Amino acid sequence: MPADFIVSLYVFVLAGFVGFGIIQRVSRLLHTPLMSLTNALDAVVVVAAMIIAGRKETELAVILGTIAVAASFSNAVGGFIITERMLRMFKLGGTKKS
Amino acid sequence: MSPNAAHIITEFAYLAASILFIFSLKWLSSPETARRGVRAGEIGMVIAILATLAATGIIEYKWILIGLAIGGAVGVPLGFVKTTAVPQRTALSHSFGALAASLIGISEYYANPAHLTKFDVVEISLEVIIGSLTFTGSLIAAGKLQEILPQRPITYKGQNIVSLAVLSSAVILGITLMFRPGLTVLFPIMVGVSLLFGVLLVTPIGGADMPTVISLLNSYAGLADALLGFVLGSKVLIIAGALDGSSGFILSVIMCKAMNRSFTNVLFGAFGQVQAGAGAAAEERTVRSATPEDAADILKAASNIVIVPGYGMAVAQAQHKVRELYDILTKQGINVTFGVHPVAGRMPGHMNVLLAEADIPYDKLLDMDQVNSDMPQTDVALIIGANDVTNPAARTDSSSPIYGMPIIDVDKARTVMVIKRSLNPGFAGIDNPLYYLDKTLMLFGDAKSFVGEIVRELQGGHQL
Repeated sequence: MPADFIVSLYVFVLAGFVGFGIIQRVSRLLHTPLMSLTNALDAVVVVAAMIIAGRKETELAVILGTIAVAASFSNAVGGFIITERMLRMFKLGGTKKS
Repeated sequence: MSPNAAHIITEFAYLAASILFIFSLKWLSSPETARRGVRAGEIGMVIAILATLAATGIIEYKWILIGLAIGGAVGVPLGFVKTTAVPQRTALSHSFGALAASLIGISEYYANPAHLTKFDVVEISLEVIIGSLTFTGSLIAAGKLQEILPQRPITYKGQNIVSLAVLSSAVILGITLMFRPGLTVLFPIMVGVSLLFGVLLVTPIGGADMPTVISLLNSYAGLADALLGFVLGSKVLIIAGALDGSSGFILSVIMCKAMNRSFTNVLFGAFGQVQAGAGAAAEERTVRSATPEDAADILKAASNIVIVPGYGMAVAQAQHKVRELYDILTKQGINVTFGVHPVAGRMPGHMNVLLAEADIPYDKLLDMDQVNSDMPQTDVALIIGANDVTNPAARTDSSSPIYGMPIIDVDKARTVMVIKRSLNPGFAGIDNPLYYLDKTLMLFGDAKSFVGEIVRELQGGHQL
């Protein structure tokens, strides 16, 4: 078993605990924005896709990488926009519609 | 820049992005700080992308820029869909995310199949299996939510056995690849079988279970990303994937609890099948119906009103009329709150977004537990487009298919009013004894026009 795997496993387990901790504290009102935001953050996979599309190793890698860049970047863009839009809708009483 | 310096810069940029991602979710704990969270996430993403473009040995930028341009062109319109369409948009983005993760895994495999260790093959296979099934599964879910595909569960005999056989064969192919790395021909078959399994997994699941399914697919998409992080040794992917995965998992648990069902029951139970015969005992009971004038009089005389909205309200586009009703009643000093069941709507939290969009202040949106403790002091519970989540049979009738499901206890209010098109049972086809109670008034009609008529009555009365 490679040493790198153990390091990755530590990161995964710790990040999982952090995730459970913070996400349980997310307001129940905001579960839809939560899902669109985690989706947008998940789109950081775009960095791996860019490396594969730009390394110019094989034609297959470039094609798959480019599709992956497009798919993940659309999630980042769309996810942040819609999260922001939804969060703008949440107002307290007394504030006027702007 | 030396390769070593470049490596240090990107690693620190990814670390900064990871920290910002964690803060991003942390700030979602309250609607006041939530938008700061979006900003943090965006900055983290930009840092990660810029560092990657600047310092990871990219030779050709052409295809990256083309990919980014296409992604932007697709992403922007997907960011501006209507709030009623957010569930299908979310399912679609799970499928995009899973697609990206699978394609990168596939590309890693073909980059150097001969030099992969057994361990690498296991990681890649697992990643690609989960990514592929999430890709097709989410596409089917999006199709059902968009009503391109039938929302009813599609089932056939021996379905679970077929599905399990398909999943097992994908796993067996992965294991074979590990021991016989030379059999590269098996890899595309494994991908194909996983894609097929995604279809088989979601097709039998009905529309009413979509909140749970979306949450589960969310957690799979996160898991696929984290696994890709293992394959590539990328910590930022592992962290983002773990955050996304745990979020999806927590939401799935909340959804399952709110329906009193287990994961396996949602995935293999095909909700909506069992209940076929349950509505038979409904004859020979009388209901009381009322006109908009009656309803307006009762609402005017109340001091505490709870409105229980369901997805039917959004379908009828009634939320803005409901807001008018809320305004008029609040102006007369009546306390109006909204009782939102966790599974109201088509995804977790959906109903809150729809009501917030209609400018209902979010401090008036109460969750099930809060609203249930207020229910005995409530004069009127007004139900708009909700059905199963108010069904008292869930508490009392052990033969009911929804027995044990936590509900909003509207039957404990002094008067119950239900706006409904007809007495037809709801989505899950379950009869609702609430409608036959003495304290219940049925307001038959379209939610939007009926609420509009009540509003008109109240305005008329107010002017006199």
